[in-house]
Amino acid sequence: MPSMDGLIQLESVNKVYGAGDGAVAALRDFSLTVAAGESLAVMGPSGSGKSTLMNILGCLDTPTSGSYWFAGQDVSRLNETELAHVRNRRIGFVFQQFQLLPKLSAWRNVELPLLYRNVRDRRSLALQALEQVGLSNRVDHRPSQLSGGQQQRVAIARALVTDPDLILADEPTGNLDTASSRDVLAVLHELNEQGRTIVIITHDPEVAPVAQRTVHMRDGRLVEQVAA
Amino acid sequence: MSLLKTIETGLRSLLGHRLRSVLTTLGILFGVAAVIATVGIGQASSDSVTARITSLGTNLLTISPGSTVSAGVFGGAGSANTLSMEDVQGLQDRQSAPDIAAVAPVSQGRASIVSASANWSTTVSGSTDGWLITNTRTIGSGTFLNANDVATRAQVIVLGSTTAANLGAGVGDIVMVKQIPFQVIGVLAPTGSQGFGNQDDLGVVPITTAQDELFGGGGSVQRILLSATSSGTIGSAYLEADQILLQTHHVSDPSQADFTITTQTQVLSTAQAVTQTLTILLASVAAISLLVGGIGVMNIMLVSVTERTSEIGLRKALGATPVDLFRQFVIEAGMLTALGGLLGVATGLAVGYIVPRAANIAVTITAPPVIVAVGVAVAVGLIFGVYPALRAARLAPIEALRAQ
Repeated sequence: MPSMDGLIQLESVNKVYGAGDGAVAALRDFSLTVAAGESLAVMGPSGSGKSTLMNILGCLDTPTSGSYWFAGQDVSRLNETELAHVRNRRIGFVFQQFQLLPKLSAWRNVELPLLYRNVRDRRSLALQALEQVGLSNRVDHRPSQLSGGQQQRVAIARALVTDPDLILADEPTGNLDTASSRDVLAVLHELNEQGRTIVIITHDPEVAPVAQRTVHMRDGRLVEQVAA
Repeated sequence: MSLLKTIETGLRSLLGHRLRSVLTTLGILFGVAAVIATVGIGQASSDSVTARITSLGTNLLTISPGSTVSAGVFGGAGSANTLSMEDVQGLQDRQSAPDIAAVAPVSQGRASIVSASANWSTTVSGSTDGWLITNTRTIGSGTFLNANDVATRAQVIVLGSTTAANLGAGVGDIVMVKQIPFQVIGVLAPTGSQGFGNQDDLGVVPITTAQDELFGGGGSVQRILLSATSSGTIGSAYLEADQILLQTHHVSDPSQADFTITTQTQVLSTAQAVTQTLTILLASVAAISLLVGGIGVMNIMLVSVTERTSEIGLRKALGATPVDLFRQFVIEAGMLTALGGLLGVATGLAVGYIVPRAANIAVTITAPPVIVAVGVAVAVGLIFGVYPALRAARLAPIEALRAQ
């Protein structure tokens, strides 16, 4: 049964890819609760099921069994269109590869999620988000004119612009040098201080200290929980 | 996403691949231009044939000789010399043919006319005073042939306005036709026709003179033109002519008749059917090229979906629904073909402007084929865009995001 204190509540989630002898279980009987306002780092080696967890948390994929309650709603049985609405309204993504559209300027990239919810005033919201990540002076630059760290900050602004319940970052520092990594983590930390729920999926030990709580995964299961 | 925003997004993506977009639209462009130009040319030729035939008057009936049969081989309609001046006299009988207003036998050939200052090769017709009425022509200056000229084998000629101008000859002048002197007694009023089959370039002489002095052939007549008293009496005029000729030719079985009577409406509907068939044929070929253009659009849209897989994945992650993506790709395909269609209209209009000036082929461009061609082009884009757009809409977001 869902309790109202967890923004994210995974209960006995299994995710199996393929069928028959070739079936691979990426998540096994996985349960996890994340409270609103919390920041969580999920660590683990390649193949531990981190990416699958990220896809399910981000409503990009649905569990094979078990339930996923997100903000009081069971999202494990929603159809593709309903999932798209949840992603658009409640979740902001930050990807390892930045995933900015190369032909669009920074603010046009930040504006993208707003296009799918028919918001007016998109430009001013995008500019606000860029200001929050310290890029007010780069709004008209294209991704190719920005450094890696700046591109990732544009991506964070894009995740922020819809005022989501959750920011989900998948290896946000994976493509960045140390200095840029620090910049990006500082931005994420600051957002958490302001009360945003953040889940960071990573194998970079530098990231963990930024989060309030770190969990480790192996073979699709939680192995230990560390409170910061 | 709002429709306007979807269109803007589509435009950005098309502008992002300018060369590819332009090349893709070429197929549609030529398809639409070809449809417009061919229908335009067909329309113009149909108009011109119709105008030429109706200018002869809808009261006109033409009697042609039947075909020859020699050693079992049919010689084709008009190959026999079965019409004669006796037939003409029979048809002129007001008693048995009350609905025939005028009769004109015609025996024509090409001949060189020489005036004091020039020589000019043209069509010379031997006929009678009935020629003017049956051809619905009027005399511009001087007089036309009269019955007396025919009876006396007078060496007189009436010229078309173009012929008279080219010869520098007027009423009263003497011109030589096949070395025989003819006096110009009249010049016909111009009809304004031009080019092939110019009705202002001809000469008319008494048929008796033509038979004896110019073309030979004894008393035979190539064809007989009849004018009904009105367009309402064509039917009865037809029957009267048929009856008289069967009698004078001593034919008892009408299916064995050695002559053919055609009305202008028959000629007109045949000519229109022919031009219409040709136009449809040409337009279908053009329409097929439109279809091929549509397949080109589908091809490029499929390439575009494959290339932009990660963009599609990103948009899905950010909240684009399958419907949003479907719409975006269909609209992009529709915009490609709409652009091709508009450029095609411009090209078609340009062809319609240049061809008549460069090649002396008339082109009449009317609104319906233009509207239909552009409509079909856009429809082709939307239809051929459906499959690629479905592919985009069905991509799983995680798979798509992973593609780099």
